[in-house]
Amino acid sequence: MQIRVQQAPFDLGAETEAFADAVDGAGAVVTFTGVVREADTGEMTAMEIEHYPGMTQKALEKIASEAMTRWDLADALVIHRHGRLEPGDRIMMVATASRHRKDAFEAAEYLMDYLKSRAPFWKKEILSGGEAEWVAAKDADEDALKRW
Amino acid sequence: MDILYFAWVRERIGLPRESIESSAATVADLVEELRAREQRYEAAFADLSALRVALDQELSDFDASLEGVREVAFFPPMTGG
Repeated sequence: MQIRVQQAPFDLGAETEAFADAVDGAGAVVTFTGVVREADTGEMTAMEIEHYPGMTQKALEKIASEAMTRWDLADALVIHRHGRLEPGDRIMMVATASRHRKDAFEAAEYLMDYLKSRAPFWKKEILSGGEAEWVAAKDADEDALKRW
Repeated sequence: MDILYFAWVRERIGLPRESIESSAATVADLVEELRAREQRYEAAFADLSALRVALDQELSDFDASLEGVREVAFFPPMTGG
């Protein structure tokens, strides 16, 4: 299990290769990557991601440990960035490896659902006019936890 | 005890953290103490349903006891991923 919280960009291809190589024989590797998109309204020039340094690593470890317990996983990887990002930049990735694809897919979805609502990150959109807006949490994201 | 604020809570209060002396028994009591201080605290804590709290870096709730707690963090619902 690897958890990395960092400001720097990550190399999606290299991370995926390294993860898949290390779990040789797992049978299934699933990855999900989050990318900064344009805002729903107005033109977003950047996104700033704030986090709670003392808590973030621990919260992500707890979420990933739970996934490792619930599903038959060979390994799990979470990388989440903070700081200033621009549209098109990769924010985060998760990877899961299992003997069977169902476990790998479900565990990846679980990781995503939980790190949306239970990992201490806050996104702020910087618009072209210079205004900034905190992204509001969606009820749907909270509801998504109920299925687990 | 150290109090930390994140995102718009930090912006409304105007600082990221502060150390305070408090005899509040629960998080809710602490919130009442803070709200009574100044308008900017009142503004930040006006709607508790829009806030989350962590005690010593673990998510908790407003009824929780502060006994033995060293760090309290207030923030809006998280938007990771």
